[in-house]
Amino acid sequence: MSYIALSDQDKKEMLARLGVSSVEELFGCLPEGSRLRRDLDLPSAMSEPELLGHMDAVAGRNTYGRHRSFLGGGAYHHYIPAVVDSLSARTEFLTPYTPYQPEVSQGTLQVIFEYQTLICRLTGMDIANASLYDGASAAAEAALMARRLTGRSRILVARSLHPQYRETVRTLTRNLGLAVEEVGFGGDGGLNPEELRAKTGPDVCGLIVQSPNFFGVVEDLAACAAAVHESKGLLIVSVAEALSLGILEAPGKLGADIVCGEAQSFGIPPSFGGPGLGFMGCKKEFLRQLPGRICGLTKDVEGRRGFVLTLSTREQHIRREKATSNICSNQGWCALRATIYLESAGQNGLRDIALQNVRKAAYAAGRLAAVGGVRLRFTGKTFNEFVLQLPKDAAAAAAALRAKGILAGLELAPFYPELPGTLLVCVTEVRSKEEIDGLAAALEEVLR
Amino acid sequence: MYPQDYKFSKEHEWVKVDGDAAVIGISDYAQKHLGDVVYVDLPAVGTKLAAHQTIGSIESVKAVSEIFSPVSGEVIETNAGLTDAPETVNQDPHGQGWILKLKMADKGDLNALMNAADYEKYLEGLEH
Repeated sequence: MSYIALSDQDKKEMLARLGVSSVEELFGCLPEGSRLRRDLDLPSAMSEPELLGHMDAVAGRNTYGRHRSFLGGGAYHHYIPAVVDSLSARTEFLTPYTPYQPEVSQGTLQVIFEYQTLICRLTGMDIANASLYDGASAAAEAALMARRLTGRSRILVARSLHPQYRETVRTLTRNLGLAVEEVGFGGDGGLNPEELRAKTGPDVCGLIVQSPNFFGVVEDLAACAAAVHESKGLLIVSVAEALSLGILEAPGKLGADIVCGEAQSFGIPPSFGGPGLGFMGCKKEFLRQLPGRICGLTKDVEGRRGFVLTLSTREQHIRREKATSNICSNQGWCALRATIYLESAGQNGLRDIALQNVRKAAYAAGRLAAVGGVRLRFTGKTFNEFVLQLPKDAAAAAAALRAKGILAGLELAPFYPELPGTLLVCVTEVRSKEEIDGLAAALEEVLR
Repeated sequence: MYPQDYKFSKEHEWVKVDGDAAVIGISDYAQKHLGDVVYVDLPAVGTKLAAHQTIGSIESVKAVSEIFSPVSGEVIETNAGLTDAPETVNQDPHGQGWILKLKMADKGDLNALMNAADYEKYLEGLEH
């Protein structure tokens, strides 16, 4: 839809058609006492150059790009190819509204359908929705879905699930009679299998486990599936670093019933912690309990292929309080960028990028663990993040490194008091060997 | 046109008594107004229902409607055929399109329902 401002002639014609002589007459139904009758208390408009100068000054306070970042923890810095920006900036994609009128939204709907298909392929699920807000709310939606499907009153979440995802799950399940219980991690950094077996039971909806988990450790999903399925619970796998799906086995092939997570890694910059791109998929038999928009493939009255939002009776604008969720939206533009990213990388390209992550992170882990007094905290296999145990105060070390222009990692102690002096380090394909060597040298200096 | 031995609720469900059991479905009037049925949401066997409690829902291309239990009881059987062929509700609403079977908790519940003649009179009233 193109935007063209109304001319005075347009306005005259519209007013004439309405049978009024001025716009003011249209407000005649409002009581005089409620009319403001003055200008709003706003500063006067800036000229275009003044405005640009002002925005430059505000943007200049950003430090983005001035530090070398080894931060992860749910928001990842990956290279975004130029095609993502140039295609997603097209007004045909940028300006249209919600695709509830399929007759004018075929382009938007086709992209959503392609996005859903890609998510299914990466996760091994039969169905995927048109996206959710972010990984945290996706985990909460999955918990609520598991509860609806099983009718049970307890849900297990791995302690190695992202702390903010766990907090969001608790927030959205409060007062619903669903008890959220944590399952701890072991020395390998992965979910403790004995604790899981002890805590599952016929009153448990299922388990939410993240892989790679918050510590970067790849979980044994098949073992989790076996433990949970024994008492007919559901396995929910949360993936915070979607790029890992480029090389790790699809959770669906390992026994997952629901796969959810964060796809910001696909063509969306980390920005200031958002916007994100939640994704969610499930097995065929759970389709009607899947929340969110779903785009389907169909034929129009002339037999031509068409796309349409479907199964709307799950959603709140039809089903009200009986809906699967209150969400009736999706992260359309972010899902578009993810689709462009994935389709331009292709299956092989994505695997390539993922391999670079694995290799660079492994190299970094080796270099950093060789620094005097530093060791790897966990023994489990990792993707592109790992936890370092520092010999002294991690906060002080991180601050000293920040002064050298390096964001070395995320201190874990505020989230995990049982892990004092640790740092979560993330290395993606954007970091060079020189930068990693630089981090190792700087860390050595700071710890001396 | 409405089976003489059936009882009907104001919400357009019918009950056919079968000993201690009650077979429940929706009337021809209901299926006509719903449009093509695409999905029937059935409760689990063993579910205990009170009279007027929601049994489940019927989804058509136009809307979703709740199904209310005309009598109280425990679900002993659901019509599994509706999973693959929900359109049976439209094609044969009083026969093959039955929805579930209940073991009645209180046969007195039937007294609150209409017989076929009263139900047809009730429908005439609605058309105006």
